[in-house]
Amino acid sequence: MTQIHVHAPGLLTTVQDLGREGFGPMGVSPSGAADPISLRVGNRLVGNAEVSAALEMTLLGGTFSFPDGAVLAITGSDFAANLDGVPVELWTSLKVTPGQTLRLGHTRSGARCYLCVQGGISVEPFLGSASTHILSGTGGFAGRALRKGDVLAMGPEAGSFRKRKLTAQAWEYLAPRKVLRVTPGPQADWFSESSQQGFYSGCYRVAEESNRMGIRLEGPLVAASFGGKMITEGVSLGAIQVPDGGSPIILFVEQQTTGGYPKLANVISADLPSLGQLRPRDEIRFALTGWEAARRLLSEQEALLASKELIAE
Amino acid sequence: MTGVRFQPASDQSLLVSFGQQITLDAHQRVTQLLRLLASEPIADIRNLHPAYCSLLIKFDPLKIGHKELEAIVQTYLDQLENVTLPEPRQMEIPVCYGGDYGPDLNDVAAMHDMKPEHVIELHVSVNYHVYFLGFVPGFAYLGEMPAALLTPRLPSPRRRVPAGSVGIAGTQTAIYPFATPGGWRLLGRTPVQIFRPERSVMDQDVMNQDAMSLLSIGDRVRFTPISPETFAALEQA
Repeated sequence: MTQIHVHAPGLLTTVQDLGREGFGPMGVSPSGAADPISLRVGNRLVGNAEVSAALEMTLLGGTFSFPDGAVLAITGSDFAANLDGVPVELWTSLKVTPGQTLRLGHTRSGARCYLCVQGGISVEPFLGSASTHILSGTGGFAGRALRKGDVLAMGPEAGSFRKRKLTAQAWEYLAPRKVLRVTPGPQADWFSESSQQGFYSGCYRVAEESNRMGIRLEGPLVAASFGGKMITEGVSLGAIQVPDGGSPIILFVEQQTTGGYPKLANVISADLPSLGQLRPRDEIRFALTGWEAARRLLSEQEALLASKELIAE
Repeated sequence: MTGVRFQPASDQSLLVSFGQQITLDAHQRVTQLLRLLASEPIADIRNLHPAYCSLLIKFDPLKIGHKELEAIVQTYLDQLENVTLPEPRQMEIPVCYGGDYGPDLNDVAAMHDMKPEHVIELHVSVNYHVYFLGFVPGFAYLGEMPAALLTPRLPSPRRRVPAGSVGIAGTQTAIYPFATPGGWRLLGRTPVQIFRPERSVMDQDVMNQDAMSLLSIGDRVRFTPISPETFAALEQA
């Protein structure tokens, strides 16, 4: 079995794939890559199936060595990666010879970067997925973030090395957005017009205490003016819920499966991967979008991900 | 079926609501729909999030839209009356009340102008109904407590509630399966493991995922008071 040795784990590095769906009745949220587009493209670059497990790093990357060599790609944000001191090009497959060391540093762009290796990261699946669910300590590598000294196994190599690169046009189209498009939430009409206006015209800052469960926002307060009693109900990924204090929270990949706060809006599916690249103190805005537009934007995004124009060989 | 409301919750989810009040009748319909969807799955559905009186259906937005899904779910609703639910399982959960185990017991007692012993007496007096599992893996929403115990949440949630803590909020009570942040007032703690990820044997039936979660939707739950000594002994076991 080929290995990855973890010399420094980085701030929060976990094994993630595309998550586990279907366990909502047990209170288990899907988890999975915070920026699934970066994971899917990274896997394609190294010749894996899109769902293969990779390492998700957060704000500060780790240091890894590969005793048997590897084929890898680094996608997502720019964490100033270098291989034995030589800068590594993002969104490009790369061959690592045995004994080389890959170092990643502080982010120079968004919140997360992905280290995808040919054959994927091999862990015992939990409920059908390799994704780490940090809160419950399940999935991934021992149900936790990586630590110094961990040794990870890679799956059997799928093929030989081919240089592949994400095209510039595709990168431009897929680049993370700071204006997030949203559809109305199930309790949108609980919020007054002026409250909604404040929300859609305002600028929000991502709070420090944001994590994979939820992205907390600081900015114009929104108040639910309807006096009704909210009954806890199922909540969807990207839901923008507003607790009593009026500071919105976007529910994210390790979300609670049900919630008792009114939801003003919901980030559209096509923009969910952008949430994974939001850093604390980033500034974002929201734009109201129709249901048909949301569907069209997702179809276009998926068409690009499936097209020949995505990757140059 | 009347009184059912469909609402798009996101571009990939549809909320089906059976009324705007927590009633056993509305909840029974949620459970029946969940059961029917489990036995006759709809291909483009990815996930289900049951709650007190609603079911959130997450679907593949590239394959199906809200209106189409609503039409299919409507045909399921028409068959709901015929869905029989299994006899509820009776579960017993031992709880050590007060002290470090239930740091809010005395405050709750003071709020209701009663002795802590009376709070415990009321809390164990009910054979609770598991409405649904939500929030985090294995977290069962249990109701209803006696009205005399109606208690608001903490004004600001604790950053860390120990695993096994038994909390109350409104007329609901629940057990925290993991150490998580939490705003419910804590009366006690159970040594019993609530979520058991090492039990990897999975029943594909969503109504029967109890291999991992101790409690399932529809179960009945009674709390039994235990001493700190029994707590320690059970924890070791």
